[in-house]
Amino acid sequence: MSTLEVSPAETRFDEPRHTVINDFSIQIATVNGSGSQTANTVMMRSIFQMGIPVSDKNMFPSNIAGLPTCFTIRASARGYIARKKEIDLLVAMNPETAREDVMNLDRGAVVVYDEPLKLDALRSDLHFYPVPFDKLVVPACPEAKLRKLVRNMIYDGIVAWLLGIDMEEVRKALLKQFGKRKAKAAELNWGAAQAGHDYAAKTFTKSDPYRVERMHANTGKIIIEGNSACALGAMFAGVTVVTWYPITPSSSLVESLIGYLKRFRIDKETGRATYAVVQGEDELASIGMAIGAGWAGARSMTATAGPGISLMSEFVGLGYYAEVPTVIFDVERVGPSTGLPTRTMQGDILSTALLSHGDTKHPMLFPCSPEECFTLSIEAFDLAERFQTPVFVMTDLDLGMNNWMADPFVYPEQPIKRGKVLSAEDLEKLGGFARYKDVDGDGVGYRTLPATNHPAAAYFTRGSGHNERAQYSEREDDYIRNMERLAHKFETMRGAVPAPAVKYNDAAEIGFIAAGTSDYAVRESCDQLQQEYSIPASYLRLKAYPFTAELRRFIDRHERVYVVDQNRDAQLLALMRLEMDPEEIAKLRSIRYYGGLPLDARTITDEVVRQEGR
Amino acid sequence: MSTTVTPPKKVNRVGLEILNYKGAKTTLCAGCGHNSISERIIECFYELGVDPWRVGKFSGIGCSSKSPAYFLNMSHGFNSVHGRMPSVATGAVLANRNILGLGVTGDGDTASIGIGQFMHLVRRNLPMIYIIEDNGVYGLTKGQFSATADLGSKLKTGVINDLPPFDCCALALKWGATFVARSFSGDKRQLQTILKTAIAHDGLSVIDVVSPCVTFNDHDGSTKSYSYMKEHESMLHELDFVPFYEDIAVEIPEGEVRDVEMHDGSHLRIRKLHRDYDPTNRLAALAAIEEAEKQHEVLTGVLYVNTEKPNFLELLHLAEEPLATLPESKVRPPQAALDEIMEELR
Repeated sequence: MSTLEVSPAETRFDEPRHTVINDFSIQIATVNGSGSQTANTVMMRSIFQMGIPVSDKNMFPSNIAGLPTCFTIRASARGYIARKKEIDLLVAMNPETAREDVMNLDRGAVVVYDEPLKLDALRSDLHFYPVPFDKLVVPACPEAKLRKLVRNMIYDGIVAWLLGIDMEEVRKALLKQFGKRKAKAAELNWGAAQAGHDYAAKTFTKSDPYRVERMHANTGKIIIEGNSACALGAMFAGVTVVTWYPITPSSSLVESLIGYLKRFRIDKETGRATYAVVQGEDELASIGMAIGAGWAGARSMTATAGPGISLMSEFVGLGYYAEVPTVIFDVERVGPSTGLPTRTMQGDILSTALLSHGDTKHPMLFPCSPEECFTLSIEAFDLAERFQTPVFVMTDLDLGMNNWMADPFVYPEQPIKRGKVLSAEDLEKLGGFARYKDVDGDGVGYRTLPATNHPAAAYFTRGSGHNERAQYSEREDDYIRNMERLAHKFETMRGAVPAPAVKYNDAAEIGFIAAGTSDYAVRESCDQLQQEYSIPASYLRLKAYPFTAELRRFIDRHERVYVVDQNRDAQLLALMRLEMDPEEIAKLRSIRYYGGLPLDARTITDEVVRQEGR
Repeated sequence: MSTTVTPPKKVNRVGLEILNYKGAKTTLCAGCGHNSISERIIECFYELGVDPWRVGKFSGIGCSSKSPAYFLNMSHGFNSVHGRMPSVATGAVLANRNILGLGVTGDGDTASIGIGQFMHLVRRNLPMIYIIEDNGVYGLTKGQFSATADLGSKLKTGVINDLPPFDCCALALKWGATFVARSFSGDKRQLQTILKTAIAHDGLSVIDVVSPCVTFNDHDGSTKSYSYMKEHESMLHELDFVPFYEDIAVEIPEGEVRDVEMHDGSHLRIRKLHRDYDPTNRLAALAAIEEAEKQHEVLTGVLYVNTEKPNFLELLHLAEEPLATLPESKVRPPQAALDEIMEELR
């Protein structure tokens, strides 16, 4: 017996019947800690398994339980995977926010909701599907204390019916999620999903236009979070010393790495670890250990977020001057410590580039996808050892903590490059060495590792007060020569860091410059500008700092260049200004988003149109 | 014609002269206790025939932290960041477990800015030697109190310290160091024996050495001055060290001398003085420190030794070879591993 006050068959809202296939966004609004993560991931994965390009964004609060959390899934036949601002289908499970969530929807959107919330009374221009979750969960889950955990799975069944998601895919996704060891939990959840599906089939008449249809866009693809992809990059780069201090959103990078290292980096013959992972007492200890390890020849790394970067500042300056390799992963988020730690931002670009005191400049890599998290992480270790300096891998919460479709990673072709390290045999031939002498003209000296068995191996490491032979010196000429060599080394890096991805549009007067996760919104915005406003645009995506020659060429070829920043103060633009000529700077315009959510295309498009005066 | 015969150079068991263990000329003040400690380091590493290339010298910031440049020139050294030397040393020793870590720090570097890293180093029992050159003041910034300055001690300017001191030995004892000793830079023999035992120890050795600052803290009213130490030092015992490569010839008289066998087969011999003191009893050690403080005595000697507890490298179950130089085949998993992971993610 249905207990609905309004029969769905009598949906008050009627609009011209048309069908929208594989192009919609779903927003699932729940309460943090209600166990919705499984249901949400399964829904995303089911669509993925049907071969439809899909992405998800988990927008969660900084607490463990009780605050509103929101998960969006976007399916796009055209492959747009940026966050979509407009919500097409809302699953309203959170009584606290349901009213506001519904009021914010565009006309024609779909609302699946917990029946007692009576949301259908709020508006008449939406498609409402009320679901009595508490009633449905009872037969689906006889054990009362487990009901809270499987209740959310019911909406997977409902949405599957509404969109036409194959229930067999839901089942497959569930089994994948729980694995063989938790088959019982998978069964229980499967029962709940089925209960939802059966209820929907029995009760609803579909009035909305959204549907899925099988595609074949995802053949061979994987789903992975950026943090895990960075972890895999680190492992295949041969990392040996990992030091860290837990901080959102970087913790899962190291936790994922620990899992992989335990499986793949225990020496089979000895049963011993070919790595050390140490959870430091704070970020200062983590970077100190990473620098100590890099100095002694390990491939070392640490992972952190903005507040940790601030704490690491002094040590990073030492690393720059003492010329010690290490890799620092910065999964950027909104600052400061008591800011919005679970929201995304490209907030550390400027401070990281120049981190520390005195004159300091650091190379940064900007992956935009899991594939690049993997390849650029490997590259970061090679660059750090080649240039004997701390290298930053800059990702953000959006990339790090959300699920992304990706092509399977390609095994590195190049052998590991360890940089200029002199062995005892080398020293025997050379008779000695000067640690900070620019022998090869690239600004990079030769180093020795401690515990090298040769009388000429040792040198004393300190900050900047040294001459070429690493002897203590406060002489003006020694200091200047050292500073100039360090600057020259940085210039050498321009030709060694990964070049940007550039897409010229010959008809374009305007160009975009962006980095990292801004990529998806920029690409979609390029299409929107072309299709909706006939504005063609070129696009350059930076992969690294220092900037390479391509950047200036790109600016020179366009009349106006829009630099996209996910921060208030246009940090990427500011970094470019530091080295551009006045005529180049005059061409630069800024598009900034700083709301804490993953960047969407519409925000960019609207701003370009405004600034273009259209 | 007569030929002058040069006498054979005196070398240690690895064929090196004492000159090979020296460093650059000190830039510290004449009479500074730290210079005496540097001398003891040179003697001990020379006498025991430690390969200098195996030693990694680590320091933070301060007068004490400058001193690693003044000994063991044939060892790599790293003068790092104020109060954060323990982390740098930890990273280096993890990277290469063959490094014999020798940290030299001061009371400001350890007990003030560095108390956090010091405590965590202690907690991890990282195998290294950690010498605190303790003079109770900041020398490089001209004589401010540090956190080991005793309650009621007086600065040259007349300022009285009204806060109680951190006792670094008590902290090290409580939280996990496995060799804890206190000495005085003016006591050549005791400091030598303690240093040699620390070299033989395979865990964290914390050695707090009262080392007077002749410029800022050697006056009346100071409790870290030469004259104060002369009047208030209380030696726990007489110490003797027998290295592993020497035969133990002399029979030990029952009850008079305790013998502690170190990891490398060396022996620490402890001859009792006024009291019977068991340096393997942590609680007794803490009590002795507490009692001495009440009596305004500075207790010196080996306060605690534990040769049983596993060190940090053992806990991590690290590969026997240095991580830093493992070949690519050991650190980059094969293609099959990546394939397996990719399959799981499909």
